[in-house]
This record gives sequence, structure tokens and C-alpha cells, in this order.
Amino acid sequence: MTARASLDPRRASPWYRSLQRVSFHGDLPWRWLIILMSLLVMLVMVAIGIQLWRETPMARSTFGWGFLKFTTDASWDPVNNHFEAWPFIYGTLVTSLAALALAVPVSFGIAVFLAEICPAGLRTPLNWLVELLAAIPSVVYGLWGLFVFLPVVVAPLGGALLAALGHIPLLGAFFAGPVPHSGASRLGAALILTIMITPTITAISRDVLQSIPSSQREASAALGATQWEGIWQVLLPYGLSGFLGAVILGLGRALGETMAVTMVIGNSIGGSLSLLRPGYTMASIIANEFAEAVSRLHSEALMEIGLVLFFMTLLLNSLARLLVWRVARRAPQEARA
Amino acid sequence: MTRFQELIAANQASGRARRRAVNGVMLSLTGLATLLALVPLFWIIGYVIYKGGQYINLAFFTQLPRPLGMEGGGVLNSIQGTLVIVILSALFAIPPGVLAAFYAAQHPNTPVGIGLRFATDVVSGVPSIVIGLFAYAVIVKPMGHYSALAGGVATAILMLPTVVRTTEEMLKLVPHSLREGSLALGAAEWKTSLSVLFPAALNGIVTGFLLSISRAAGETAPLLFTALGNDRYDVGLIVKGGVAQHQSIFQIIQRVVDQPADSLPLTLWKYAQQPYPERIQQSWAVALVLMILILLINILSRLWVTSRMRRLRG
Repeated sequence: MTARASLDPRRASPWYRSLQRVSFHGDLPWRWLIILMSLLVMLVMVAIGIQLWRETPMARSTFGWGFLKFTTDASWDPVNNHFEAWPFIYGTLVTSLAALALAVPVSFGIAVFLAEICPAGLRTPLNWLVELLAAIPSVVYGLWGLFVFLPVVVAPLGGALLAALGHIPLLGAFFAGPVPHSGASRLGAALILTIMITPTITAISRDVLQSIPSSQREASAALGATQWEGIWQVLLPYGLSGFLGAVILGLGRALGETMAVTMVIGNSIGGSLSLLRPGYTMASIIANEFAEAVSRLHSEALMEIGLVLFFMTLLLNSLARLLVWRVARRAPQEARA
Repeated sequence: MTRFQELIAANQASGRARRRAVNGVMLSLTGLATLLALVPLFWIIGYVIYKGGQYINLAFFTQLPRPLGMEGGGVLNSIQGTLVIVILSALFAIPPGVLAAFYAAQHPNTPVGIGLRFATDVVSGVPSIVIGLFAYAVIVKPMGHYSALAGGVATAILMLPTVVRTTEEMLKLVPHSLREGSLALGAAEWKTSLSVLFPAALNGIVTGFLLSISRAAGETAPLLFTALGNDRYDVGLIVKGGVAQHQSIFQIIQRVVDQPADSLPLTLWKYAQQPYPERIQQSWAVALVLMILILLINILSRLWVTSRMRRLRG
């Protein structure tokens, strides 16, 4: 029997024939191709974490967990090769949480207005305008923030906050002065972040509201509730996990925002806890120093900050998606027409 | 009516008034919140047009930057660099993104499909600066120098989730009957995908590309230590030099992508931090160009997608 005969479809084994049937049409290569590409996309996610981990052996072994711990007199000293990340972690957390506290009520209000109240003709243009806010590049926010927003809004506001809250014990630590003349401060960063994350939270909350079935609204109206009572006591609890997801996604964006924050936060490693003083964030120290890192340990320390940032956003995103999915799964079919 | 009933009625009446008042106040607060969000939008756009408009001229688009202290000069290097980086990132992101979206649209509930959706969600949430670090580690470090190529890879990773998600959504909007019709005529799955589903969803997919490109063009953080910046980047000059030396087209392309490049947001960031007024003026002009570019892409693609989706949903 020649080799050619074994390729004859009539004589080949059944599995070979089915293989041939599939590959003859090109379906098998096609399926492998699209699976391969899907795996490639997944690989990117895994590779980011692994690669950053592999790039930081020296920083991790030299500093251990102390790198991330709270200290009052943290040092970031490229000359003596001593690095502690606490001031950046604090700066990132405090600006993001302050931004979140301001952005959540505003975003929820906008989402309610867009989904429940606004006349149909206004809805589309307003949606677009809010989404345009998300499309403006981060550096443009930074430029505007640096030359317009800081002197016009942040500096006077900082002064007012200092006068009003600076003397209260405990709380006063977060509003200690003096406010820098330029206005460059954590407060400025938090306000810019508020503007930047509002569209994100709004868009998701609006989608959540729109996915809540009309029967909920009708039932609450039939029981005599006003529209606001319906929104607050019926729709809000109904979509709660979805709204939480939106908030967490907004937090994730705030944590990773780089350019605008770097331009307005003042970039200083002070020991002060105050919102009104200049600070630093994890993303902005990487942006400022990585390209000019002076030693291997310096660049590894910056990489490790990036790694921490990656894990923080990974955790937050997984949590948020889980919450949003739960809402979407609960009411997929009976969405409002 | 007894005294008791009167009290209850009065109580109810006042409660109703209070509830109505709360309703009115809260609902108008939501409108106020919407107005509040529009203030920074118009403030930024208006101010950038006002400031940038003063300093924009023809030389701005056609000349390289002049040394400090000299009047004039432009940002030709950044415009070309932005184009090169955007084209590179589209080349890297679009083919795998679209193919993966075909998988996600057809097999949403397999382990790979779920993993893919999770991966796109996670990657879209990773801070762009971390993606810059990643691109530095996998491209710049092994190659030994900064390059437009590394910037292209970094922005491609940023674009990937948007490309996958929008393509997937558009493919799902294509009516089932089209797909079934094609399969019933005996076309193979790949043939159905490429010559029936893909053209039917094409407009929406292009919109997704445009949106992701507008995001890529505005990103600075991933380029800081991948493309780095290059004052003397001039594609025209490189091509002319290459032709004069009888280089092949591949050598010329390699010279274009294998050196550091500037981009508009990168230039804006650098100029805004310099203490020279003429640099800051130019940074406003760059902001104007960048913003017009991005808002234009955004508005046009959104107009397109809404009309398209309306037609598909019929």
C-alpha cells in the first residue's frame, strides 16, 4: 500500500475523515485562529502582572513589606538608595477617596436626571455632553487645571476650608495649612479627579437605572410614593449592587489617573496629612521619575509601585464587574422598552 | 368629625406637603447636578479654544520645534509621531481584537469566552501608566532603546479592550437570520463570519476603531517611557534620506518606527512644565489641536453608530 492510499478519504479512519471534513471547509483553522487570538488577549492581562513581578526582585528583597507600610517620616532617596512608598499610597488613596465622595452624589443625581426625569428630546444631547467630558484627554485637563482651575477655584476654596475647618481637632489635620500660593494641592487633584470620574460613574449608574423593570416604578407609584421616594426607596435598593459596581469602577479610574493629577498635585513628599498641602500619587511618581531613574533599585522601586497599582485596580475591577454582572443577570429580559 | 380624626387629617396633610417638598427639592437637585457637570465641560472647551486660537498658525503645523529663545517653530514632529504611533497601535490591536471578538460573540458562555470578557474588563481598568511600564519591560528593555514601536505596542494594549467589546456588541446586533441563511446555503463558518457577519457589522466596528483611536491619540502616560519624545522626528526627511540611499521600503519603515518619537499629548505635557512663556503658549495651541481632533472623531463616530444601530435594530 502506498503512502498516497492512506490519504484517500474512503480508506482513512473515521476520526481522520471527520478532521478532514472540518478542515476542508477551513473551519478548524478558523476556530483555532479565533481561540488563539482570544487567548492572546487574556495572555496580555496575565503578562502585565507577571512581567512587573519579574522586573522587581531586588526592590522586593531589599525592602520587603516595609516598602508599603505606614510611616510618618518616609524617605524617597535615590542618592542613598532608600525607598518607601507610603507617601504615594497615601496621596493616591486620599485624593481618590475624596474625589469619590464628591463624585458619587453628583453622578447619581445626573444618572437619575438622565434616566428618570429628563424629557426625551434632551436625553440624547445630554448623554453626549456627559460622555464628551470623558473624551477630553487627561493632559488637557491637566493644562486647564494648572493654569485656570488651581488659581481661580482651588486656591480660594482651600483658603476658605482652612478658615472653616482648620481649627477643629482631629479633622483639622486633614485641613491644615498653609495653602500654597499656586493652589497646587491634594485638594486640586481631588477636584480634577471628581470631574474626570463623574462621566464613568454616571454612565454605568444610568445603565443600571434603565435596566430596572418599569413594574418597580409603577408599583411604588401605585402605593402612593412620590417620584423621589420611588427612586430612593425602591430603585436604589433594587440596583444597589450595580451602583456599587459603578462607584468601584470610578474609584479604579481615579487610582490610575496620571497626567492631570501629576500636573496639579504639586509633587512633593511632605509628611503632612492635609488635603490642602501638595502631595504625590503612585502614578505621578512613576510618570515623573521612571524615565530618569538613577539606579537599578530606583527603577525597580518605581516598578513595584506600578505592580501595587496593578493589583489594586485588578481587585477593584473584578469586584465591580461581579457586582454589575449580578444586576444584569437578575433583570436581563424585562428591561424597560 | 372628632378631634382625633381632625388631628390625623392635619397630620396627613402636613406630611404630604413635606413629602411633596422633598420630592421637588431632590428632583431639582438632580437637574442641578447635571448643570454642574456641564460647567467644567464648557469651561475647558471654551478656554482652550480661546487660548489656543491665539497662538495657532500655519508654521505650527509645518515646522519642527525651534531651539528655546527663537520665535516661531511648530510641532510637526509631534503630529507625525502621533500618526505613526496611532497607525502602529491600530495594526497591533485591530486584527487580534476583531478575531477575538468573533469568538466572544459566538461562544459567550464557554470558559474561553468568559475569560476573554473578564480579561478585557480587567485590561480596560489597568492604569495606562502601568501599561507603559509593561511595554517598557517587554519592548524597550530588550531592544535597548526607546522607540515609536514601543509606544505603538503600549497604546495597542490600551485599545484592545475597546476594539474587542465594540466589535463583539456589533456582531451580536447582526440578525440571526443572516447567519442562518448563510449556513443554510452551505457556507462554512469562517466564510459566514468573514463575508456575511463582518460586512454587516462593519460600520459599527469602524466606529469602535475610531473611538479607541481617539482614546489612543490622547494618551500620554504610556508613552512617557516608551516613545519618550524626539524633537527632530521628521518622517518626510527620513523617507527622503532613505530613498537617496536606495534603501528598501522595509529599511525605511524600520528607521521610522525604530527611533524615539514625539506625540501631541507628550509635547503638551513637556511644554506645560517649562518656565518659558512661548512654550506654554504653544502647549495651549497643542491642546486645541488635540482636543479638536479627539472631539471630532468622537462626535462623528457616535453620530454614525447611533444611526447604524437604529437601522440594525429596525
